[in-house]
Amino acid sequence: MDLGLDEAQQMLRNSARAFLEAECPDSYVREMERDPRGYTPELWQKMAEQGWLGLIVPEGYGGVGLGFLDLSILLEEMGRAMLPGPFFSTVVMAGMAVLDAGSEAQKQEILPRIADGQLIMTMALTEPSARWDARGVETAAEPVGNGFLINGTKLFVPDAGAADYLVVAARTGSEEEDISLFLVPRESNGVSLTPLKTIALDKQFEVSLDGVEIPSSALLGELNEGWRTVEKVLQWGAVGKCAEMVGGSQQVLDMTVEYAQQRVQFGRPIGSFQAVQHHCANMATDVEGTRYITYQAAWRLSEGLPSKLEVAAAKAWVSEAYQRVCALGHQCHGAIGFTKEHNMQLYSRRAKAAELAFGDADLHLEKVADAIGL
Amino acid sequence: MDFIFSEEDEAFRREAVDFVDRELPWDWRTEVVDAEEPGDAVRVRQFKKRLADRGWLTMAWPEEYGGLGAPHIRQMVFNEEMAYRGVPSGDAGVSMVGPILMLYGTEEQKRYFLPRIARADIDWAQGYTEPDAGSDLASVQTRAEEDGDDFVVSGSKIWNGAHGGSNWMFMLVRTDPDAPKHRGISFLLTEMDVPGITVERIPMMWSADRALVTLDKVRVPKKHLVGELNRGWYVGAALLDFERSGVANSARGRRIVEELVQFCKENTRDGKPLSEDPLIRSRLASLAVEVEACRLMSYNVAWMQSRQMIPNKEASIVKAFGTEMVVRLYQLGMSILGLYGQLEPDSKWAPLRGRIENAYMVSAASMVAAGTSEIQRNIIATRGLGLPRG
Repeated sequence: MDLGLDEAQQMLRNSARAFLEAECPDSYVREMERDPRGYTPELWQKMAEQGWLGLIVPEGYGGVGLGFLDLSILLEEMGRAMLPGPFFSTVVMAGMAVLDAGSEAQKQEILPRIADGQLIMTMALTEPSARWDARGVETAAEPVGNGFLINGTKLFVPDAGAADYLVVAARTGSEEEDISLFLVPRESNGVSLTPLKTIALDKQFEVSLDGVEIPSSALLGELNEGWRTVEKVLQWGAVGKCAEMVGGSQQVLDMTVEYAQQRVQFGRPIGSFQAVQHHCANMATDVEGTRYITYQAAWRLSEGLPSKLEVAAAKAWVSEAYQRVCALGHQCHGAIGFTKEHNMQLYSRRAKAAELAFGDADLHLEKVADAIGL
Repeated sequence: MDFIFSEEDEAFRREAVDFVDRELPWDWRTEVVDAEEPGDAVRVRQFKKRLADRGWLTMAWPEEYGGLGAPHIRQMVFNEEMAYRGVPSGDAGVSMVGPILMLYGTEEQKRYFLPRIARADIDWAQGYTEPDAGSDLASVQTRAEEDGDDFVVSGSKIWNGAHGGSNWMFMLVRTDPDAPKHRGISFLLTEMDVPGITVERIPMMWSADRALVTLDKVRVPKKHLVGELNRGWYVGAALLDFERSGVANSARGRRIVEELVQFCKENTRDGKPLSEDPLIRSRLASLAVEVEACRLMSYNVAWMQSRQMIPNKEASIVKAFGTEMVVRLYQLGMSILGLYGQLEPDSKWAPLRGRIENAYMVSAASMVAAGTSEIQRNIIATRGLGLPRG
């Protein structure tokens, strides 16, 4: 058993923290909240140069060839810095889908361009039914001539506006899991985007697919086999979000402790009052819990071990723990924490978005209930 | 990073589990066993002897004192399996007095006590807490005055298990009432069967009682002073390099979850198994997740210790979280059992042998014993997070 980071992982964490402190200060986070694209190509290129966009892309496809655990360490730092932009959609969702399901030709075409920053992608999975299971996919792809015709509406699609390609999950058969994945260029005829205004001011979209014609070469993986890949992406996505939340909750704790040491009321720092101390202790407990339950799930995914229970337990726990950490963080900060000028609210809004992404606690608790034999 | 135990540790785990399965009937493992109840105490003592025979009782001790020098992870595996099986393997002599003597004891003390502790011949009463010194332990008032070759000790010690047949007590006593409170305390050992000691049973709300020990001019030979005079606070608080992951809580928790899952599958309401009730599913799954988070936090403490890091806030976090989690588990158990939950163990109607009912009451005390949840949070906040003391 070894619950620590190895030397290379420690270096990855340190360099990520230093890079993000320099390149992604809170002023950038605020600016990107207002920016319709939600990222800057300059920073995207710098991230490519850091090797982050190809971190889990095998070396044969121009990447660094690290594992999911390493990616999680990076995501933790991104969560701490609240890095805006399409990294998660490109690397964790679409990139991993291509890696999992793509043909050799598709991998050759796409992965090196993700790694060097030329290609931004996302996955268009959820629909107005707002479900995370195969039944939620009603968008249909019909075989037509030498390709497919896609019709339907995707909702809550992250970063669709920035993406060059959408990996679209569409129904291609009558069985529940007859789902296929398609690489759809965002510029295709029939694709139209409407931005959604969301609590985290992240860039989510309604994507209308209205008679979108694509060639059969756009099929990613086998026909009717797409759901298997989606299930993996949902696991990676859930744990990747947990990693972001670990970083975010640690930062909220650190900010709160610092504030409690400085803020003086009744002639003494509020951190000397036990009521505030116990809030902070409860936050520290939740942060501690989020860390190892996330690492365990990330490690299991990295190793290709069965992970259903561990992933569901992590997403269920971390989603709620981060809400508690933010709630107490706000309570200790008082009114100032609710102002736009303060970072506290930047975190608590993102915490809510992260809780909802890839299934909230209730959904994952139901998976846990199955896994423990209920 | 990895979350697996070494092959040697897994082999040891199997050996320990096989041993318990061979030595103890299933009944033992599933009924309430209280090390401080006279009837149970006999069986606990017998089992400890069996552990001692294998060297496992003192597996954490260094080899030079007859232990196995087991690494922290190995100790944790042992503690995890014992707690999961409801086997009382804790022993204040092994985990506290022995290690303190190794650090501060005289040669004579080591020679006399260590082998006896290792053989489970001594049943120690804990003589720290007093009626007026609970969380504020350093305010102990039990007075020890020097008189020739002896100390003469008067005062009282409370909430210990002395009524279960303890033959020795380790205690903190005040030897210099004029010094600042942490600096006038000494660490003494006394036999229990000496003039001036009375043990009074305090009935508790659950099945196991506690004791009040009154000392009235008890003569304690000076050779039973451990460490220097007036340095007892630091002797008692010596940083002990023993496994302190608190893994027992998650192990116990895992057992409770499994038993409740089984109960919910076997019992119906309105013709449907309880396990299909969405509310029960959600609540039980939620606690299963807490058990998992708790288990990993405990593993982290043991891992830190195995790397010579000192878990400080981490140990307080698992203590507070683990005990509170077990309380929540029993509360849920009571709620799942409904009307049956109130039945005492000897009722023929009592589900799960009435264990939930009794443990529900006992568990609440775990948030008080060995440093209350509030004291743990104070430690997390001040020593762990660096917040200013109030």
